[in-house]
Amino acid sequence: MSREQYTIPTGSQQTFGAGGSSGREYAADSVGTVMYYTCGDCAVRVPLEKGAPIRCQKCGARVLYKERTKRCVAAHPMVQFEAR
Amino acid sequence: MSRVQPSIEELERRKVVGINEWTVTDVTSTDFPGHYPGEDHAWDIEKIRDALHIEFHQNDPLLASFSLIGTDASIANAFRRIMIADIPTLAVETVFINNNTSVIQDEVLSHRLGLIPFKGGREGLDKFLKWWKKPEDDEDPSYFDYNTVKLSLNVECTHNEDAAPGETDPTKLYHHAHVYARDIVYEPIGRQSQYFSGENAIAPTNPDILIAKLRPGQVIDLTMHMHKGVGSDHAKFSPVATASYRLMPTINVLHPILGADAEKFAKCFPQGVIGLEKVTKKEAAQKGSGYEGHEGELKAVVKDPMRDTVSRECLRHEEFKGKVKLGRERDHFIYQIESTGQWDSDAIFLESVAHLKEKARRLEQQVVNMVR
Repeated sequence: MSREQYTIPTGSQQTFGAGGSSGREYAADSVGTVMYYTCGDCAVRVPLEKGAPIRCQKCGARVLYKERTKRCVAAHPMVQFEAR
Repeated sequence: MSRVQPSIEELERRKVVGINEWTVTDVTSTDFPGHYPGEDHAWDIEKIRDALHIEFHQNDPLLASFSLIGTDASIANAFRRIMIADIPTLAVETVFINNNTSVIQDEVLSHRLGLIPFKGGREGLDKFLKWWKKPEDDEDPSYFDYNTVKLSLNVECTHNEDAAPGETDPTKLYHHAHVYARDIVYEPIGRQSQYFSGENAIAPTNPDILIAKLRPGQVIDLTMHMHKGVGSDHAKFSPVATASYRLMPTINVLHPILGADAEKFAKCFPQGVIGLEKVTKKEAAQKGSGYEGHEGELKAVVKDPMRDTVSRECLRHEEFKGKVKLGRERDHFIYQIESTGQWDSDAIFLESVAHLKEKARRLEQQVVNMVR
């Protein structure tokens, strides 16, 4: 599959994965557990619980970035490039 | 019909490409039928076999230099082009990036990874690994142990707690501040472990190639697929860093160059091309040799024309006008083959000969089909 054709998978896509359930399972996993974010200032991994103030524990910066998702379906990896 | 047989001197003269101060003469070969009236230049396997010979100058795994003497430029150039574009090697073709938070973009990183040369067991590369076909749009890709080699690169940069206070060198301050080619891990699949294990394992030829630089918290996590390919598809598949040839230079000193002139003449060429010798008593006694009365003086002699770069510097000076003739031998090709490490440099040339043979055989079959 060429890079141009690749569409970014989203949780709402029903065709994605067997029975379209993989997206929902992932969402169910993360509810109530700790989510990790990356501090925009010092690049440290910040664990955040639901409702916790959005703030880096190390440096106090208020800008946190979402981590790149690890979710993928076998045979269709997240990002594929041609080494050319 | 009687055939004219040219003299040996005449044949030698025809072989030389003339190099003058501003011009180059006789660049094309003339030893083909019909060019010289009455002479036989028909293609003959015996003649070619007798004329051809090879002299090796250097033969290291990564660098071979040799002379191929007695062929036409078309053949020599065919070998060169086959070496660059037609000999298969293994290179990274697809990169699956799970995470890349380094400053280098995914696309650029993939391109860099593709250009890293790899080595591996010769038997596995030649006999076991087959071609991989790029899937069409509606096809599923076919990855098997005989057409795909899997590699992974997984590095994360972290702070080095043991670093001395005030340290400024990033390589000491952090772990994995630099990502090198040696960090790439080969993951054998299926029967690959039979062919690529121990010293035959697939690994970068140059482990010190810098791929990326990281700072604490940055991660590169990716897997790669390598496939066999040829240089005509992409330069990363080319087995050679350079494969080139040049023609053997000739330097003819027509009139003696003596004394201070001789020293100046030697300086017009790279070191070792021109030597300085004393005029002997015998030469000085010879009438009309140009050496009369110069016994014991230095004269310029041609020592090693192969080292000449043919800069034509000597032709610029008034004192050497008419005393020297530069040229190149049209049928003496000095090859220089530099391997990237997957093949031995001399094996690349042998493989190019095999490739040309195979191409000729296929062409023959086509011609046979055509006349049928």
